[in-house]
Amino acid sequence: MNKPLGWLRRNFVVIAGLGTLAYLILPNVVVTVFSFNNPAGRFNYAWQEFSLDAWKDPCGVADLCGSLSLSLQIAFWATIGATVLGTAIAFALVRYRFRARGAVNSLIFLPMAMPEIVMAASLLALFLNMGIQLGFWTILIAHVMFCLSFVVAAVKARVLSMDPRLEEAARDLYAGPVQTFLRVTLPIAAPGIAAGALLSFALSFDDFIITNFNSGNTVTFPMFVWGSAQRGTPVQINVIGTAMFVIAVLVVLAGQWVGNRRKKAQPK
Amino acid sequence: MTDKTASGDVRLAGISKHYGSFTAVHPLDLTIPQGSFFALLGASGCGKTTTLRMIAGLEEPSTGTVSLGDREVTHLPPYKRPVNTVFQSYALFPHLSIYENIAFGLRRRGIKSVKKQVDDMLELVQLGQFAQRKPHQLSGGQQQRVAVARALINHPQVLLLDEPLGALDLKLRRQMQLELKRIQTEVGITFVHVTHDQEEAMTMADTVAVMNGGRVEQLGAPAELYENPRTTFVANFLGTSNLIEASVESAGTDVVVSASGTTLRLPGQRCSTTPRAGGKLLVGVRPEKISLVHADEEHTVAAGRNKIAGRIADSSFIGVSTQYVIDSRVCPELEVYAQNIERDARLVPGAEVVLHWNPEHTFGLDAAMDIDAGVETVEESA
Amino acid sequence: MTAVSAPPREAAPAEPPVHKASLRKRLIPYWLLLPGILWLLVFFVLPMIYQASTSVQTGSLEEGFKVTWHFQTYWEAFGDYYPQFLRSLLYAGTATALCLLLGYPLAYLIAFKAGRWRNLLLVLVIAPFFTSFLIRTLAWKTILADGGPVVGALNAVGFLDVTSWLGMTEGDRVLATPLAVVCGLTYNFLPFMILPLYTSLERIDTRLHEAAGDLYARPATVFRKVTFPLSMPGVVSGTLLTFIPASGDYVNAELLGSTDTRMIGSVIQSQYLRILDYPTAAALSFILMAIVLIMVSIYIRRAGTEDLV
Repeated sequence: MNKPLGWLRRNFVVIAGLGTLAYLILPNVVVTVFSFNNPAGRFNYAWQEFSLDAWKDPCGVADLCGSLSLSLQIAFWATIGATVLGTAIAFALVRYRFRARGAVNSLIFLPMAMPEIVMAASLLALFLNMGIQLGFWTILIAHVMFCLSFVVAAVKARVLSMDPRLEEAARDLYAGPVQTFLRVTLPIAAPGIAAGALLSFALSFDDFIITNFNSGNTVTFPMFVWGSAQRGTPVQINVIGTAMFVIAVLVVLAGQWVGNRRKKAQPK
Repeated sequence: MTDKTASGDVRLAGISKHYGSFTAVHPLDLTIPQGSFFALLGASGCGKTTTLRMIAGLEEPSTGTVSLGDREVTHLPPYKRPVNTVFQSYALFPHLSIYENIAFGLRRRGIKSVKKQVDDMLELVQLGQFAQRKPHQLSGGQQQRVAVARALINHPQVLLLDEPLGALDLKLRRQMQLELKRIQTEVGITFVHVTHDQEEAMTMADTVAVMNGGRVEQLGAPAELYENPRTTFVANFLGTSNLIEASVESAGTDVVVSASGTTLRLPGQRCSTTPRAGGKLLVGVRPEKISLVHADEEHTVAAGRNKIAGRIADSSFIGVSTQYVIDSRVCPELEVYAQNIERDARLVPGAEVVLHWNPEHTFGLDAAMDIDAGVETVEESA
Repeated sequence: MTAVSAPPREAAPAEPPVHKASLRKRLIPYWLLLPGILWLLVFFVLPMIYQASTSVQTGSLEEGFKVTWHFQTYWEAFGDYYPQFLRSLLYAGTATALCLLLGYPLAYLIAFKAGRWRNLLLVLVIAPFFTSFLIRTLAWKTILADGGPVVGALNAVGFLDVTSWLGMTEGDRVLATPLAVVCGLTYNFLPFMILPLYTSLERIDTRLHEAAGDLYARPATVFRKVTFPLSMPGVVSGTLLTFIPASGDYVNAELLGSTDTRMIGSVIQSQYLRILDYPTAAALSFILMAIVLIMVSIYIRRAGTEDLV
């Protein structure tokens, strides 16, 4: 009687942790399973029968793949924009002393401490007041804006932990300012920049609230899903969701595998 | 690359560095002759690293000029100066292999075929088999050698070393001191070495400049500095000195002083200040110059030697020598290092003893100086 | 040694020329900041100003809006929609507490107990991000479907009796109740809690646990006196990263809830996009912003930490 209780107590953290993990993963399992469903009505919420139809024709629903490609494009350009602007700010904040540092820091922090809907609504107020046509460009502008702070945070952390003597060493070894930046600073800051860029891509690709306010008639992938939640959810949505999940996990695992091999290849 | 016949001296003329209201380096003039091994010695915050960085071009002097040979380089950025640095904690590029780290300077100067030179340099520092490793896969001593190779491959006119051995343990440090000295003799380049370790400075350098509070306290060959310190800071920072406050009885070629009733003598030329009869003087003697006999044996001490009577307060055996702390009326804590040749079993704490030494080994300092200057810093860094 | 000379200290040049850093060098940080800061000023600060002005305008869509300093809008908006405000804070607060409760064991597990599984577990926490959160939220409709296995199980163990006593469910339904909305919010923001927690836990030197054990602390005491205090930065940034977005969220309330579970985000959204009453919408979002900023700054001051990201 005492034994199983003791075992439970010792392994409480493991059990609770795995329980949380199950809670996190469960919806993905459902999404995957239901990508093989052949639903009875317009909504894909109840299991009917196994079918590969959706997988055979993932673009078989009007506008779905168009919205997906639009989302990917916006995420791509927003990532580039936010990464370039954010990296520059991070470098300025870490490497230089200047006035208005505090103000700049707060300006970077505020977008992260603001409910998304507040930013979404105020941007719409700006665009409406200035008579700017809502669409691709307004979405892109908004996405660069809210991704910027996250890039600054990621790059700043990395540059802060970097020894400034490395740059001095490069200058001492005949590298001019440009060469120093390209050959030393950038490669060493790269993991931070990559983390910021990845985060930007994910945030932009998955953004709904700000996009919903500022898109006009343009439909991104999350907006397509939102619309279909009212009109009827095609199975293809699950196919896309599952495919993205699998691709992401594979890319991460492949990266790990390569990293491990490289580590092993080098003799200690 | 270095033209041996041309004058390649490093000349600092009136350079100083201020950060806001703080003065890191007071206006300083210094000439470092070509081919010498020069050490800047001092505790942390004394301005030695700032001086080095001004020579490297990493710090712009607030005033004054830096010249290499006939060329003024004060405003040249570091990448245009024929000077290279071995950084504290090495600053090896973590993303590049050892080979690429060493080739870095050559490549930046647009040299295409670097293989021969890099291989030779790897040979010189005995790291040939590690060429393709990353810096973090090397031990501290190996990283240190890479840092030296990475700088030396450029045949700089001057090699600057900023505490290059600070991160190594004691044994490895000794080994690397000899190795650096060997490399310096082999390549014949001027080395400017910054360190807080007085032993390191003395073993390696031809000339040592002792810095304190942004100023050079004294400059000279290691033996000269050790035997003839001109300030209490140098006397205490370089090794240990027994400093005794005394009043001058008579001045001349021979100076006679008295301290708490004990009469001591020293040569007038070994005083850093001109002693006047009736004035004060700090009398100094190194612990290893002093001999120790039991009070019963006082009659064996030859006439004409300086003598002080006291009692052993503490003794510690450290292998090659025994270090005694002596309580006396003249000075509360006199240090004596006795070689362990013939040990007198009576010399234990509590024993009455007589200290004696040759008056020639005594030096005199200005009594206005702080008697404890440089003491604590030695204990901290030791 | 003759070439080496240390001159007396007074020998500095009488009027030394003072070198100054060039103007160009001093301007570098400003050039680096300029584009990004300009972007934030134009597309973050300026919109706030526009919104502020919109909130004190009156008029109609047909005749146009004019600034009339009509602060009344704020009182009316708050008076009309305070239940939604309260509900938003309540739901977001509950979801944040649940996230902390659920997320801490997992973060702890990954940081200290996972060994070689650590990276895999981290991937599993982050990977769901790559499936659009809307799709995943819709999946909860299936999971919590009426009469489904999950609801059946919750009913069987009496969980639903407790929640309906708390007013979070009604009868044997979960969908379209506050419980469903809180469950969705918790689920959606859980990774934002786990990752900062993990980061701050991972930094803790495990020798501290051993030291505490050595000094007569039981495992529970070690956690209470050493581990948890040291993970405070993660707790603070995790709760903020969960609470702030959750308080303005309307997706979970719309997809999993009913008209009785509307949160303030839904109201702002429909005022702006459907009813087109811009002043009210602007006033509502300013009130939300003010509430969140005030709560956050009090919380940060209480928790005594400044580094949030």
